[in-house]
Amino acid sequence: MRRLAGVEDEEKWLAEGIAGIQHNAFFMHRALDANNLREVLKYSALMLSELRTSKLSPQKYYDLYMRAFDELRQLEVFFKDESRHGLPVVDLYELVQHAGNILPRMYLLCTVGSVYIKSKQAPSKDVLKDLVEMCRGVQHPIRGLFLRSYLAQVSRDKLPEIGSEYEGDANTVMDAVEFVLQNFTEMNKLWVRIQHQGPGTVREKQEKERNELRDLVGKNLHVLGQIEGVDLEMYKETVLPRVLEQVVNCKDELAQYYLMECIIQVFPDEYHLQTLETLLAACTQLMPTVDTKIVLTQLMDRLSNYAASSPDVLHEFLQVEAFAKLSNAIGKVIDTQIEMPIVGAMTLFVSLLTFTLRVHPDRLDYVDQILGACVVKLSSVPKLEDARAMKQVVALLSAPLEKYNDIVTALTLSNYPRVMDHLDDGTNKVMAMLIIQSIMKNNSCISTADKVEVLFELIKGLIKDLDGTDTEELDEEDFQEEQNSVARLIHMLDNEEPEEMLKIICVVRKHLMTGGTRRLPFTVPPLVFSALRLVRQLDSQGGDITGEEVSATPRKIFQILNQTIEVLSSVPCPELALRLYLQCAEAASDCDLEPAAYEFFTQAFILYEEEIADSKAQVTAIHLIIGTLQRINVFGVENRDTLTHKATGYSARLLKKPDQCRAVYACSHLFWVDDIDGIKDGERALLCLRRALRIANAAQQMANATRGSSGPVTLFVEILNKYIYFYEKGNPHITPSDIQSLIELINTEMQSDDNGNRRIHSDPFFTSTLRYIRFQKQKGGVIGDKYDLIKL
Amino acid sequence: MNYLLGAFKPACNISITFSDGKNRKQVPMKKENGQTALVPLFQSQETLSGKVCVEPYQGKKVEHNGVKVELLGQIEMYFDRGNFYDFTSLVRELDVPGDIYDRKTYPFEFPTVEMPYETYNGVNVRLRYVLKLTVTRGYAGSIVEYQEFMVRNYAPPPPINNSIKMEVGIEDCLHIEFEYNKSKYHLKDVILGKIYFLLVRIKMKNMDLEIRRRESTGAGANTHVETETLGKFELMDGTPVRGESIPVRLFLAPYDLTPTHRNINNKFSVKYYLNLVLVDEEDRRYFKQQEITLYRLKEDASS
Repeated sequence: MRRLAGVEDEEKWLAEGIAGIQHNAFFMHRALDANNLREVLKYSALMLSELRTSKLSPQKYYDLYMRAFDELRQLEVFFKDESRHGLPVVDLYELVQHAGNILPRMYLLCTVGSVYIKSKQAPSKDVLKDLVEMCRGVQHPIRGLFLRSYLAQVSRDKLPEIGSEYEGDANTVMDAVEFVLQNFTEMNKLWVRIQHQGPGTVREKQEKERNELRDLVGKNLHVLGQIEGVDLEMYKETVLPRVLEQVVNCKDELAQYYLMECIIQVFPDEYHLQTLETLLAACTQLMPTVDTKIVLTQLMDRLSNYAASSPDVLHEFLQVEAFAKLSNAIGKVIDTQIEMPIVGAMTLFVSLLTFTLRVHPDRLDYVDQILGACVVKLSSVPKLEDARAMKQVVALLSAPLEKYNDIVTALTLSNYPRVMDHLDDGTNKVMAMLIIQSIMKNNSCISTADKVEVLFELIKGLIKDLDGTDTEELDEEDFQEEQNSVARLIHMLDNEEPEEMLKIICVVRKHLMTGGTRRLPFTVPPLVFSALRLVRQLDSQGGDITGEEVSATPRKIFQILNQTIEVLSSVPCPELALRLYLQCAEAASDCDLEPAAYEFFTQAFILYEEEIADSKAQVTAIHLIIGTLQRINVFGVENRDTLTHKATGYSARLLKKPDQCRAVYACSHLFWVDDIDGIKDGERALLCLRRALRIANAAQQMANATRGSSGPVTLFVEILNKYIYFYEKGNPHITPSDIQSLIELINTEMQSDDNGNRRIHSDPFFTSTLRYIRFQKQKGGVIGDKYDLIKL
Repeated sequence: MNYLLGAFKPACNISITFSDGKNRKQVPMKKENGQTALVPLFQSQETLSGKVCVEPYQGKKVEHNGVKVELLGQIEMYFDRGNFYDFTSLVRELDVPGDIYDRKTYPFEFPTVEMPYETYNGVNVRLRYVLKLTVTRGYAGSIVEYQEFMVRNYAPPPPINNSIKMEVGIEDCLHIEFEYNKSKYHLKDVILGKIYFLLVRIKMKNMDLEIRRRESTGAGANTHVETETLGKFELMDGTPVRGESIPVRLFLAPYDLTPTHRNINNKFSVKYYLNLVLVDEEDRRYFKQQEITLYRLKEDASS
């Protein structure tokens, strides 16, 4: 009937109920003042009759109950005072049972009962037992729950627990426990029964109402948890089995979930640990719809915290084989609860893992075992698509990383990669990034090829395109970020031992080569530099060639590098490849490996010729080539000639005149290396400069022809600077007159334009160059003498 | 009554007193006019003794054909009101015919009177004990005075007192088993028991235990049965589930009960029943009635 009523009606009924209580309470108070027992009983029973209503929702009923509760306190005071009512409490105890209606009768009985216990005229256990037994008469769920919670409340301070005044020979803590357990059992039954009331259409509302009532039931467990004198033995033998029996047998999802939660929360950790088996066995017997994973998770969290609280307790965990039991239970739960979504299973694994990491940080095999179980579970489902599950798996995989702060440890876990295999590509990448970040954060160095192999297997989501990935969808920025991370990672792979390092490089190379065109530009450079570092290390050790067996020779490494960079050139990413070739060439030069260096240069030139078509790129490239070539001193005359010739030739064939000019004068350095044993071919250097000058002239004329005005004199000033440089370095072919005439030329250029108009240019570069010359003149000494020859 | 007596028989004042009247227990008794009066209490085999005092009003004399006191045990059926059937009748002649001028006192005694039946005041029948004093007169009509007293007979606890246990039910609907700890209860007894639910397929509102009295009067075709419910005691509120066992504890003291009377002088019987009533949400009643025997236990032992 209540189900169909609206909220307003309910308000009305509540108001009526309250009015009824107030009305009868008024008369009750009058009777109390007159010490008239008969009337007191009559009106209190009438008052309590208001609680017989079926019309109110639990919340409203609670309102009503609280009002009656307050009145009952005063009644209790009256009952306590025998001089007021003149009856021994034992007679009173009978008298209130004459009430015809059960609900008022029971409230009165409980009230008198509490007085009875307090008077100590009867053993408290007998009274308690009687009360809890008699309350059975109220089978209406809501009324029964409130009645029993009233009983629990009035009896709370009268339990014969240890240290209580009610404890004695006849009354033991066991009786207290027995009482609470029984009340709990009955309350739970009532609570569970609410759902069977009324039609199924209001199920949702019922669930809500039941939720509102759950604390009434849970309170009993709190009391159990607080009873003094419940030691481990008693908990193990009596309390827990009884509670669990009720939990399991009630076969109600809501109750099971809530009560398990309560059990875990209210009893001490130590007890949980010692009764783990029982507790876990119960977990596996819960209804399939119960969210066992949360229950187990909470349990494990508690135990983890307990373990973390003090190192002294750790041995307890070992003693009871906590891990094995938990692991077992989780396995069972996962096996039996087939409908449990995969995310549930994963959450469980995460909790177990967290537990293990806290309690048994030294047991990597446990961790691996968990991951193994996880793999088994994941393999049983077609494809992991649930985002939450994915998240859990990531958490699962991250946990060991965080705990050990060391990827190396994780790499020893054989099941780790197998779990990762089950992630989707996106998540796999996220996980890979996490791994890399962990490495970066902890600065961990991965130092064996085997580990590197495993590591790259783990992060293969970043290394190569996985099947079915739509690369178009990738965000460019993310992609770069990922690849940069990989690049950084490569630098973290290091081993002092060249042999091993070489192996590492090979492994890395093998993996990187699968990366495809988009990744290689990111990943090859660090690999190359890593290899070059090894080369330099070998070189600095010097005379490393101790036997034919040794594979880690620079020669060998250069071979590998050559192949590696070659791949890059086909990407195509010729500029990058060219730079790397040049780097290698320089390294090879440092190692006195002329053929290798020559080969690299050759490759560089080929790239220049065949792949680099963009004129800007060409300019950059040619300057790089020139720069590198200038520094390399390993080449014999012939090779060097070939290369310098080539370089000069290419320089002169650049598209734009200014570019040509600059490249050509740069080439002059190829013939004059300012080293002790450097090449000092002053004549050819001068030739280069002259040629540059010619080109500059041509450029100037071209500018005049096309734009009607000559461009700036920058090129001339630059060439002038080269002249001055070589002059200062002592190139005999550069004469002061050369410089003087060049200065004049520049002056002329600056003062005239095509139309013969004079104009005053001031070129800061030129001005500062002249200032430099004057400055050098004033210096005196050898340099000063030299500069004195230049007339300005 | 007094007024009437006074109007027609102003001749004398009569009082009947028991010799142990001051110590004897007095119990309330409902009179015909609905008022309650305290009357002395006796039991069978007791000796009733006392004095009768006849005191003519001043200056008058009472002329009589004899004074006698009778002890009567009477049954009155209400369909035959005013017609008493005496099952016990003892007479003591107190005085031979003569005149009374002054207050005159007569002692009387009925030693060890057999009073097998208890006083009973039912719906259709009344059983009473009375002392009747008659001052017989001729034409003027006799002067009669009644003194009622109550008789209660005590029984020892029965040697055999089995519990009542029974399984009842409606097929596929409700199946219960109930048990009362005894079949014979004394009047201040407490009924203990339990109701065990074997099958519950109906939604129940509550379960009551009723105490019913069945009074049958007359015999044969004229038997008249009257049943009244003396008490209704709620045992359970709401619907239990299968396997639930509901305790019964019913104190009989607050109810106005008498012992069970079986075939009293072939006139009437009074029997008591416990009626277990289950009420479902549609207010349908399911019940099972069981007879219990009530007896009166000696007070001091029972209280």
